[in-house]
Amino acid sequence: MELIQQLINGISLGSIYALIALGYTMVYGIVKLINFAHGDVFMVGSFVGFYSITVLDLSFIPALLISMTVCALFGVLIERIAYKPLRNATRIAALITAIGVSLLIEYGFIYLRGAQPEAYPNDVLPTEKFNIFGVSINSQSVLIFGVAVVLMIILQIIVHKSKIGKAMRAVSFDADAAKLMGINVDNTISATFAIGSALAGAAGVIFGIYYIKIEPLMGVLPGLKAFVAAVLGGIGIIPGAMVGGLLLGVIEALVSAAGYSLWRDAVAFVVLILILIFMPQGLFGKNKKEKV
Amino acid sequence: MKKKKLAGAFLSLTLAAGVLAGCSGSGSSEKSSGDGDTIKIGVNLELSGGVASYGQSIAEGLELATAEINKEGIDGKKIKLIKVDNKSEASEATSGAIKLTSQDQVAAIVGAATSTNSIAQVQIAQDNKVPVISPSGTSPEITFSKDKLNDYIFRTSFIDPFQGTVAANFATKEIKAKSAAIYIDSASDYSKGLAAAFKEQFEKNGGKIVAEEAYIAKDTDFRSTLTRLKSAKPDFIFLPGYYEEAGLIVKQARETGLDVPFMGGDGWDSPKLVEIAGAKALNNTFITNHYSSGDPDEKIQNFVSAFKAKYKDKSPDAFNALGYDTGYFLADAIKRAGSADSEKIKEALEKTADLELVTGTFTLDEKHNPIKSATILEFKEGKQVFNTKINP
Repeated sequence: MELIQQLINGISLGSIYALIALGYTMVYGIVKLINFAHGDVFMVGSFVGFYSITVLDLSFIPALLISMTVCALFGVLIERIAYKPLRNATRIAALITAIGVSLLIEYGFIYLRGAQPEAYPNDVLPTEKFNIFGVSINSQSVLIFGVAVVLMIILQIIVHKSKIGKAMRAVSFDADAAKLMGINVDNTISATFAIGSALAGAAGVIFGIYYIKIEPLMGVLPGLKAFVAAVLGGIGIIPGAMVGGLLLGVIEALVSAAGYSLWRDAVAFVVLILILIFMPQGLFGKNKKEKV
Repeated sequence: MKKKKLAGAFLSLTLAAGVLAGCSGSGSSEKSSGDGDTIKIGVNLELSGGVASYGQSIAEGLELATAEINKEGIDGKKIKLIKVDNKSEASEATSGAIKLTSQDQVAAIVGAATSTNSIAQVQIAQDNKVPVISPSGTSPEITFSKDKLNDYIFRTSFIDPFQGTVAANFATKEIKAKSAAIYIDSASDYSKGLAAAFKEQFEKNGGKIVAEEAYIAKDTDFRSTLTRLKSAKPDFIFLPGYYEEAGLIVKQARETGLDVPFMGGDGWDSPKLVEIAGAKALNNTFITNHYSSGDPDEKIQNFVSAFKAKYKDKSPDAFNALGYDTGYFLADAIKRAGSADSEKIKEALEKTADLELVTGTFTLDEKHNPIKSATILEFKEGKQVFNTKINP
């Protein structure tokens, strides 16, 4: 019974990782850039949700939508200002810029509002407790998991059924060829950043509701964990990010369950190292030769 | 431009004032601190800087106590406070102590609020043989470091491990807990110190520690560890940490179905705790603290009303109370010493016993730490309610 309980704990945590990992993976898939500022977009989303709920007095769904919209715009802005001018630069230059953008957002935000934490109101979503065979399931974890799954399904539909999804797949396959076929590469890349950032914003609001405490540096660790999740599933592969996120959440829960809670973060990164050594293409990746 | 001029004028005014104040200070210090009808007490506090709120609260409490003591005076003499702002920095605390001992020749020094700034004064006090009382420094090292007693240094607050001992006694006697779990912040000496003392005393009381878990500050997900704690079935969980994590842990514990009492130390004492955990989750949780303004004790209620009368209806916090007590702690020693001589005050301070003050009944132990009662507060619907007082 305890094991099932721990699996549920892990899946709730994993859904948040998965939502953030999707943004990483989409951006990497299309421009081959590890967007380290992604974790900070998640943080901004969390604060936008917080202010929508407390200042504008909105309920969960409108707050979620506002946060997703703001984050989408924010993501596009970051891409246009910081990454677009470097599109033909070396990959290491783009990577370092990403780290710079990340620090700029974090400390810029601290400059604007201070570093003190903020607490989400406790009554945004109902907190019913269900007891099923001795396993207590919180209604919030069910809702969080549900929202995460719904968003992922919508994403899957966008990527595989819509016109922009088709463009994204074409650009990720070969940007030059796509350009020759009349696809607006810049807009497609912006759209990718917008969708990925919107998902991070949603994850931010969910995180705030589930974990209550938010602060300007909250994006750092979940951002890195989501990166691990993306690599675990195979970076650039959307279903891989989902599975990687959930798997990482469950691994962390099990490590804590075994009594090694202080090792939890370390294990997540050991997973990253192991996967890079033994399966660099990730769980869902095809084995093709490419330098990463 | 105009602003600059104004700032310049202001600066020169303050400078002039400082020079004048310095003159008058050195003028009266021609006499030694024992002569005349005033007793000079140095105050070396964090009046500005990072932890200014602690220093200012202590100063408010101390000023109230001084005003009360001066109504009658001590053997006809009045206490005069000479304040130094250490700007919440250790180096400023040291130079403040030098100024107070050499230039102002004070009989004793009150301060500083934090452990670090108190330790910064130790050497000066020892060399000049001037007693220093730290109102709220809780590190054991202030009075006793490197296996040596700093014999001129005293404190008004209890030390960190003491809270753990009190919590263990509370768990055994009041909660009637047979088994307990400990959940610590492995990155904090404060948390580890409290936990070690709790464990020792709880086992001495015949209790059993069934689980020991740790987290790292800034963690947000504690559910897995809490699920593990739940299956260990403790009667009581000791959670010495700071309010950010403590709030999250209590909230997540209640969601996991872990409904046993939780207890923490003064690190929980912040309004943010209630915001994070939620009022309902905090029911059946307790903290040890220096004092409670809700304590029905007459001495405390007199203090609360006197404080409210002086400071515009502000309810006194723990630092106000500690500052107030430091004033009386020192006045009592001066009275018993029968003189304002630093050496005699030090000897009298060492012999303090059964002195009844707002934050408890003081008896000094051989390490210059007061053995005094701690107050247990209980959270009821998000409000801190006085529960009981525990003697060590």
